[in-house]
Amino acid sequence: MPKAKVTFQDIGVSVTVPAGTRLIEVSEKVGAGITYGCREGECCTCLTKVVSGGEFLAPPSILEDQVLKDNLAPRGHRLACQAQIIGGEIVVKPA
Amino acid sequence: MAAAAITDNAVEIAPGVHWVGALDPHLRSFDIILKTANGTSYNSYVVRGNNGVAIIDTVKENFADDFFRRLESVARYEEITTIVLNHLEPDHSGALPELLRRAPQARVYLSSRAQMMLKALLKPSGEKPPEYIPVTTDDTVDLGGRTLRFLHTPYLHWPDTQCTYLEEEGLLFTGDIFGCHFCDNRLFNDTVGDFRFSFEYYYAHIMRPFREYVLDAIALIEPLEIKLIAPAHGPVLRHKPRDYVHRYRELATPRLFNEARSEKTLVVFYLSAYGNTRRMAEALAAGAESLSGVRVSLYDLEGGEADIFTDLVEEADGLAFGSPTINADAVKPVWDLLSSLTTVNVKGKLGAAFGSYGWSGEAVRLIEDRLRGLKLRVPVEGLRVKLVPDASELEACRGLGEQLARHLTGRLEHRELEFSQLQAAPA
Repeated sequence: MPKAKVTFQDIGVSVTVPAGTRLIEVSEKVGAGITYGCREGECCTCLTKVVSGGEFLAPPSILEDQVLKDNLAPRGHRLACQAQIIGGEIVVKPA
Repeated sequence: MAAAAITDNAVEIAPGVHWVGALDPHLRSFDIILKTANGTSYNSYVVRGNNGVAIIDTVKENFADDFFRRLESVARYEEITTIVLNHLEPDHSGALPELLRRAPQARVYLSSRAQMMLKALLKPSGEKPPEYIPVTTDDTVDLGGRTLRFLHTPYLHWPDTQCTYLEEEGLLFTGDIFGCHFCDNRLFNDTVGDFRFSFEYYYAHIMRPFREYVLDAIALIEPLEIKLIAPAHGPVLRHKPRDYVHRYRELATPRLFNEARSEKTLVVFYLSAYGNTRRMAEALAAGAESLSGVRVSLYDLEGGEADIFTDLVEEADGLAFGSPTINADAVKPVWDLLSSLTTVNVKGKLGAAFGSYGWSGEAVRLIEDRLRGLKLRVPVEGLRVKLVPDASELEACRGLGEQLARHLTGRLEHRELEFSQLQAAPA
């Protein structure tokens, strides 16, 4: 199975994960500072800054795009409950 | 000043500006969480300009008749060009669908974050959303000789909240900010009964969790020339309105000088039936203290009350909770405190749990789950010790304290993990 590496900059932890994993599944387990509300891509609580490797996350859905826009999220930000890791190396931290 | 009681008509609060809200004197509980000893009011306002009329907020749906009757006493629906929504909670937007039916030509001005809420609110009516314009700080609407200027003041207490300033009158419509649940038909702060308790109670329950946003909003509001503050609940503040702005600044500022402000602070709360969890707490505290830049406080939850501890929680950077397990659960004082934290902002604080147990030891995991639910980060797995901690277990407690201190001070060594290792963890 293809692997990816995601680094949570705020707690200094890198995790090797199978492709297809969502950020939320990893960040909660390692106790990163990304916090969650609805977990359904609506509330924007889990807004996450993608420091590098944004191209290794599956593109946002129409819903995620809309929520990011409505919440005035800067470029390079994603919802951790929605963003799916597809490969490569990604570095993230709480927004 | 003379006390002119509210009648069925609108009440003029400034030249060409009328209160057209509604009184709800018999309400005794608001949004389930707030007590309302003498009810509340839903304040709505009409501003008349040379080229149009603006409505600032509406009222709770059940009180729409009062609102429309007062509105009709000062304006015709076809004159309404502008509807400003400072806050879309149903107690202020309940009459909005009907207002839009009666004044379909009106343009709606609201904050960016209110757009989705507007659509959700109008969903049941099945009607097409009105023309709405998202606005932010310094956007204006010209009513003809009268200018409404917007201030972006989010999270007071919803993401959508904003204020609207009527420049020519120095009049600030603030939504829930500076509001309170206090119902008095004499309307103005210099004529109503003593509402100071209600003002502070409202701040403590509604605004306090958003302290940082309060300070941002106050920074926008303080430079304004303010002759009158017109909030969405409670008295209209015409006498010394700036005092209420100052009071908000005071309330949002820590009461005592923080001696440890250059250091990170860790508060360790614990309960202990036989001294075992206490010994763990002491070892954890000693471990955290062994790193420079961290100041640790140790509190036995049996020796205080949730209200007081809430203040400590608000100020702390990190929180560790120690509880024995009794009947498969953490003990009540821990839950009392952990269910009292909705009035303060704990999002992103560092959290951890530990405790001694005799048999099954569920308390630590349950506390960790609650901490995550409160949006704390819990990066270090908690520690459970069966009955009496021995020297190596106390050393592990010291280690937990050190790890927490490293997290607080950003002195972590980089770790590489496999996802499968995480899945095996009992997090």
